[in-house]
Amino acid sequence: MADKNKGPEMKKGTFSRLMKYIFAHYSWKIMIVLFCIVISAISTVVATVFLQRLIDEVITPGITSGFDAVRDQFMMIISLMILIHTAGVIGSFTYTRIMAGVTQGILKHFRTDMFNKMEMLPIKYFDTHAHGDIMSTYTNDTDAIRQLIGQSLPMMFQTILSVTSMVIMMLCYSIWLTIAVGVMSISIVYVTKKFAGASAKYMMVQQETLAEEEGFIEEMMNGQKVVKVFCHEEESKEEFKKINEKLFEAGRTANANGNVLMPILHNIGNIMYVLLALIGGLMVYFQAPNISLVENGVVTIGIIVSFLNMSRQLSQTIGQASMQVPMIAMGLAGATRVFDLLDQEPEFDEGYVTLVYARRNEKGELEEAPSRTGLWAWKHPHKADGTVTYVELKGRVELEHVDFGYVPEKMVLHDISLYAKPGQKIAFVGATGAGKTTITNLINRFYDIPDGKIRYDGININKIKKHDLRHSLGIVLQDVNLFTGTVMDNIRYGRLVATDEECIEAAKLANAHGFIERLPDGYQTMLTGNGASLSQGQRQLISIARAAVANHPVMILDEATSSIDTRTEALVSDGMDNLMKGRTVFVIAHRLSTVRNSNAIMVLDHGRIIERGDHDDLIDQKGVYYQLYTGAFELE
Amino acid sequence: MIRKLLKSVREYKKESILTPTFVAMEVVLECLLPLIMASLIDHMTGNDMGIIVRYGIVLVILAMMSLACGTISGRYAATASCGLAKNLRQDLFFKIQDYSFGDIDLFSSSSLVTRMTTDVTNVQNAYQMIIRGAVRTPLMMIFSVAMCMTIHVEMACIFLAMIPVLGIALFAIVATVYPIFRRIFKKYDALNNSVQENIAGIRVVKSFVREDYEMKKFDTAAEEVRRDFTYAEKILALNNPVMMLCINVAMVLVSYLGARMIISSGGSALSTGDLSALITYGIQILSSMMMLSFMFVLCSLAAESTNRIVEVLDHDSVLTSPEGGKTEVPDGSITFDHVTFRYSDKSRKNALTDINLKIEAGKTIGIIGGTGSSKSSLIQLISRLYDVTEGAVYVGGTDVRDYDLEALRDQVAVVLQKNVLFSGTIKENIRWGKKDATDEEIIHACQLAQADEFIRQFPDQYDTYIERGGTNVSGGQKQRLCIARALIKKPKILILDDSTSAVDTKTDALIRKAFREEIPNTTKIIIAQRVSSVEDADQILVMDEGHIVEQGTSEELLKLNGIYREVYDSQTKSKEVE
Repeated sequence: MADKNKGPEMKKGTFSRLMKYIFAHYSWKIMIVLFCIVISAISTVVATVFLQRLIDEVITPGITSGFDAVRDQFMMIISLMILIHTAGVIGSFTYTRIMAGVTQGILKHFRTDMFNKMEMLPIKYFDTHAHGDIMSTYTNDTDAIRQLIGQSLPMMFQTILSVTSMVIMMLCYSIWLTIAVGVMSISIVYVTKKFAGASAKYMMVQQETLAEEEGFIEEMMNGQKVVKVFCHEEESKEEFKKINEKLFEAGRTANANGNVLMPILHNIGNIMYVLLALIGGLMVYFQAPNISLVENGVVTIGIIVSFLNMSRQLSQTIGQASMQVPMIAMGLAGATRVFDLLDQEPEFDEGYVTLVYARRNEKGELEEAPSRTGLWAWKHPHKADGTVTYVELKGRVELEHVDFGYVPEKMVLHDISLYAKPGQKIAFVGATGAGKTTITNLINRFYDIPDGKIRYDGININKIKKHDLRHSLGIVLQDVNLFTGTVMDNIRYGRLVATDEECIEAAKLANAHGFIERLPDGYQTMLTGNGASLSQGQRQLISIARAAVANHPVMILDEATSSIDTRTEALVSDGMDNLMKGRTVFVIAHRLSTVRNSNAIMVLDHGRIIERGDHDDLIDQKGVYYQLYTGAFELE
Repeated sequence: MIRKLLKSVREYKKESILTPTFVAMEVVLECLLPLIMASLIDHMTGNDMGIIVRYGIVLVILAMMSLACGTISGRYAATASCGLAKNLRQDLFFKIQDYSFGDIDLFSSSSLVTRMTTDVTNVQNAYQMIIRGAVRTPLMMIFSVAMCMTIHVEMACIFLAMIPVLGIALFAIVATVYPIFRRIFKKYDALNNSVQENIAGIRVVKSFVREDYEMKKFDTAAEEVRRDFTYAEKILALNNPVMMLCINVAMVLVSYLGARMIISSGGSALSTGDLSALITYGIQILSSMMMLSFMFVLCSLAAESTNRIVEVLDHDSVLTSPEGGKTEVPDGSITFDHVTFRYSDKSRKNALTDINLKIEAGKTIGIIGGTGSSKSSLIQLISRLYDVTEGAVYVGGTDVRDYDLEALRDQVAVVLQKNVLFSGTIKENIRWGKKDATDEEIIHACQLAQADEFIRQFPDQYDTYIERGGTNVSGGQKQRLCIARALIKKPKILILDDSTSAVDTKTDALIRKAFREEIPNTTKIIIAQRVSSVEDADQILVMDEGHIVEQGTSEELLKLNGIYREVYDSQTKSKEVE
């Protein structure tokens, strides 16, 4: 969907890549499966031979010499038949069962691989892909792969096996006629390629459109309230119809191309039969010499009759297998999309500075500690001389001439420099779109900067491992995302090892304790659908509690209290003050009352810092901040 | 259940009927072909080429006919099955559009998405399989059985005897697997839900460095799905060997008994040719059975999917537009009469308790209250996003439940707390409010909402493309666009649910000023955190825990020395210092 005009394309090599993937995970199981398929296929082929033997060795002599004379031979053939059939059934039993396990196992591997990859992707990926589109790889595409691995692949393998053994048997009868069959087969291959190719192409379109549709459904469901208050149901239905129609067209074309393949192949087989009969008849007529793998002689009617039967069987086998074509095409289309996700560049992390537990030794120097001490340090290995230095984690943040744009053509931040001492509260004020949130996105490296430097405790953040960097930063965002689970689980998300008491303590700090207690099951109340049962403000309170539990030395509060009423905010603010004590805090807020007691306030405009200083300085400057502030006065 | 599903075939009935018809013709031709081929072989003496040519021509003609029938039926089958899927998806989507929020919560949105995609695909595959196979397989079987019968009745009975055995085995398999599938689908929903949450909350996951934790959690869920699916599929996999076992037992029996019979009767009761023909037809009978069982399995999977689809289609929204509801909203007066509201029957706590309120048309009402004090719940009852549990809400003197839903919502414009813009240009987004709005109207609405100025700064101005979820405009810009979208409706009642929180105070005041001057007859309800946003309202409601605790003008409320006073002081204190 990212590049619509290019159109979806099934990548070459998807099939072999899929095979490799399966092999990598279940190599020995696949070997067993292949072996079992061989057994079961052979048992089916051999069964026809046995009938011939039964007739030749038992029935024909039996008719003349009586049953007793052939009894032993008869019993032997029947028991052999039972034996081979049993082997066939066991083979089929084993392979289908193993394959069921393998299929689901592979799907699980795909799902977890995709998920793990997804978690590693940069934020940018999520900005540029519709959520439903990503979801679709987990649902539609994975489903398509299930069909492919579970049913179509074993069937294809069996077909290849049967076809090969049939061709070998044919060669045993007559090489001339086999060549004739071979020429025919070329047309079969050609037709298959054409229709299967078309089917595959449209299957790819189908999967892409399905993803688009899923994206649309998701968007509409998220905006359901808006759709309703604007009575926009009709329009969204119309829009949906359009996408749905597109999906229908793609699906229809793909399936039609796949469906017609069977009758075509089948009847090519029939025509081949007639031609073979003609050729055979002519050969017999002219007493043409026969060459085969077994013996050479003259073409006889017997040879042609057997040959005709085999060619019929051959075309039937191929025809039957061709029914799988749409499934295979769909599965490969799904696999292409899945591999596409797996191939995305993960978040780039060249950092090597890590965050470690620390303690001071007798000399007062920092050293690494084996367990949590309350003291943290940056472990900074120096490549040049191989030494390692430890820097205490204090929370000093500096930005030096930072320029940034989400897209290179449009810069959002220009030449931002600032300095936050440990424990300071820095506020960003400015009109919406001035770049406040962008700055915080850079500090935790959701995005990387092209120009300038950001230092954390004196270390360039590009050198710090992203995980460790983010571990040292607490963020409370304006849009709260809660996860399915209890309220307690959601608070504990900040620090997974936190005890219940610590979580409750944090909730009290955030002034969330009161309302949580009043929920039906208190802290054990299940939240679903992003905490749909809670109000926006309540969700923000939980999100603050979550950050409080995490206990980071640096905090970023991005409009963290925007939906909390001022009265509650006043109650929270004591807790917040406690929370901020001793921490470096970056605050973004619209309410000037929230930022008033900051050590420094940065007024941003169009990506530039136009004023800076503490509240009193800025009031004295009588600049934008003053206007904002007094503007509020005028409104009284 | 199935009948309900089949209703969605609609315009593809023709294809759905023609497919099996052509398949039937194809089968007849397919059965004729081997008979003719057999006689061709019989005439293959090596002397007469003419007879081969004649048979050949007949065969080619038949093959062409069979090709035609096959191709046509294949195409029709594709159209019919994809058509059914299309209609199903559309029916589902339309149905969901009419759902109330309670209904959506009941299913969960990720489950609804799965139902519209995975489940519909399952049904589509099964449907295609059925309309193509439902005729072919039994016909092939009947034909083969008939042929067997003509050769030797007793022998044919061996094959017939296998049919019930197979049937019972299949039934046992499906009966075991079906309940497991039901369970799996629930877990599958949960799995997809966790993916969805992670996509939406990726910033939270990343900033708390919870990638590993999420991966582990997902792995556990995926493993559970894998285990259950494997269990179910392993049972389903018994299908194939059971089938082979039956075929083989039948083969051995026929070979054994047939050979004995030929020998003991000296070839008069049964000939060798008959025996091999019997075996050929036997294989055909049993492979039809195999096909049938394959269809059976696919259908058992589809049955649960059908269930899930019909569940959605059958679920009647609790909130429906009344038949012949009033379409005229006379004015913007609002009355709450002893209104009590709970989000669901299960919730123990009332969101609103015994609310009584009278608002005259054209007035401005401010609502403030603590987090979770049910301010939003109150206003959502006015546009009937939810229905009251007890009491009644009147708009323009009529119970909201008596209005045609669309007419009501057309006159009650709500700017929601959680603003959503849709992908499309700014113009398109504003036109949501009024489909045929002219450019002038759009600009005027944006001017009122103080959005015109920033829109003009965009390079594409009103044609600026808004990304999905409105990610390329800031929170405050989004809010102002949403207000413009509501204003363009020229509603009788305008509700702003904390929708200027991200707008600076000055702009906020300008917006209210525009409201006062430009739309004096519209009843305006403003929910806000800032006292300044509601201070100049005709009436201010202070809410707490689902009750209206204070009510009056700003001055009156200040005298009460209650919550309002407290909030007022806390917000103005800072300024008094100056």
